[in-house]
Amino acid sequence: MTTARRTSYGVKGAPYAFLVPAAVLFALFFALPIGYAVWLSFHKVRVSGLGLGSGARKEVWAGLENYTDALTDSELVHGALRVLGYGCIVVPVMLGLALLFALMLDSEKVRLAPFTRLAIFLPYAVPGVVAALLWGFLYLPDVSPFFYVLGKLGLPQPDLLDGGPLYLALSNIAVWGGTGFNMIVIYTSLRAIPAEVHEAAKLDGATPLQTALRIKIPMVAPSLVLTFFFSIIATLQVFNEPTTLKPLTNSVSTTWSPLMKVHRDAFGTGDVYQAAAEAVIIALATLVLSFGFLRAANRRNRQEAAS
Amino acid sequence: MSALAVHKAPSKAGATGAARGRPPLRGRIALIPTVTLLLGAVYCLLPVAWVVIASTKSGRELFSTFTFLPGTGFADNLQDLNSYRDGVYWTWMGNSALYAGLGALLSTCVSAFSGYALAVYRFRGRESIFNTLLAGVLMPPVVLAVPQYLLLAQAGLTDSYWSVLLPQILSPYGVYLARIYAAAAVPGDVVEAGRMDGASEWRIFSRIALPMMVPGLVTVFLFQFVAVWNNFLLPYIMLSDDERFPITLGLFTLLEQGANQPALYTLVITGAFLAVIPLVALFLLVQRFWSLDLLSGAVKS
Repeated sequence: MTTARRTSYGVKGAPYAFLVPAAVLFALFFALPIGYAVWLSFHKVRVSGLGLGSGARKEVWAGLENYTDALTDSELVHGALRVLGYGCIVVPVMLGLALLFALMLDSEKVRLAPFTRLAIFLPYAVPGVVAALLWGFLYLPDVSPFFYVLGKLGLPQPDLLDGGPLYLALSNIAVWGGTGFNMIVIYTSLRAIPAEVHEAAKLDGATPLQTALRIKIPMVAPSLVLTFFFSIIATLQVFNEPTTLKPLTNSVSTTWSPLMKVHRDAFGTGDVYQAAAEAVIIALATLVLSFGFLRAANRRNRQEAAS
Repeated sequence: MSALAVHKAPSKAGATGAARGRPPLRGRIALIPTVTLLLGAVYCLLPVAWVVIASTKSGRELFSTFTFLPGTGFADNLQDLNSYRDGVYWTWMGNSALYAGLGALLSTCVSAFSGYALAVYRFRGRESIFNTLLAGVLMPPVVLAVPQYLLLAQAGLTDSYWSVLLPQILSPYGVYLARIYAAAAVPGDVVEAGRMDGASEWRIFSRIALPMMVPGLVTVFLFQFVAVWNNFLLPYIMLSDDERFPITLGLFTLLEQGANQPALYTLVITGAFLAVIPLVALFLLVQRFWSLDLLSGAVKS
């Protein structure tokens, strides 16, 4: 660790000196690994002879071979579709709930707001692995209170860790973990709305519902865009929850999500070149999706501003 | 959302929203918002409540009694956890505290330097440096972690404390927050006055600006502490010796073994319960002097 040195060259160089630690860390732990991943993705190992002795394994240029392999790999495509389906549940539900709770916290004469705000935020402090573990047990018929009650009432007990319900089970873990943080972000921007706006709405006789829909939600649109943006990114990178549920069910494969497949290829089957190509594809897909969303959001904003 | 439609609060002029100052005690309670929030709180506390109760059950009780009845086995469970592989559980806890504590401290320092530089100075390349750092947020962790592992392996650093600590020091979100706080908390004329007095740039930062930035930096520290404490992927990839595992990875391996032998379920559940305590306690403690809103970069004008 370096600290910013006392600058002997005055104000001009000072900001650069302050940025040295960040620049060094960025180069070592962001830029270099990304560059290395790209390099790996265009190479493969050629084994000559029996693969014995030094020089028998050589890294050679592979061109786009790893990429075509990855894109025609049905496992990766299925994983991508699974995660897209999962994201289509998680993002709207999580942000819908976050917005609902934020508006409720911001409404008049609401009671117990500090307590409920902290309670809803609390899952943020629970590691994803532990969250998946807790819910995993709540999904297990042997130990779950839900199944206990269902059993006592003589109702059918669905298998939550298989097929379609598995998506809901996984989505629920993500919604549980992420709603609180997003609620805080939206609530913060709700509180930044000037009091005069509320007063004006009241004088015009707007109901709380009208105020929420016509005034509050449009005014916090930027924070909604931001939470959407980060939620999309986080959802595409799902890894911990399905990995944690794997020991509890046979229906989560080692390649359930694209990131799990990258991990399996790199450390399970030991093909780091293939894994690198997949990682680069996922990174590009994430960039395209998230920036595509931002551009669409900006265009809408501009249109609304113009109309 | 339809629940809102039923609710019409009496609009008394002069009543202020609950968010802006304390609500007056007279007048109705807004029933629907309160009930909605309580339902949300119940949903969010349910798994935590379950693990608190489940950790008191013995192995037999876990599978035979109603889940929300406390059991009689908490002391035994604790003892089993303590004796499991000579108390490796507490080693994991200590490791997590080390990774998160030291990592968050270093991360806060780097964020403070960078945020201050980006907020206070006008210099060439300022925005492009900032945007480059922020782009780091968009990189999927596994995309970074796989080549990081391979590079660290070449340096002979994998399976060491460094391999988990170093990659997490630079936090794009931390830099972003620190920049916002520095811009809001450090007035330009104070920096100018320092220069007039002949103080060096380093002295202005450490003696004048840093104390002003403290509330914001507490937030950066907390955010990063939680991020490192909750991280699973990086240690999962980097570490193989479970003496260096953080608690997330330790519990995961425990669950993996326990899948075939339900006898280990009670260990996992008790371990999960104890693993949740530190962070929840941390949040309840800082609640008194720190506002959650700061996490999303809110600054009081």
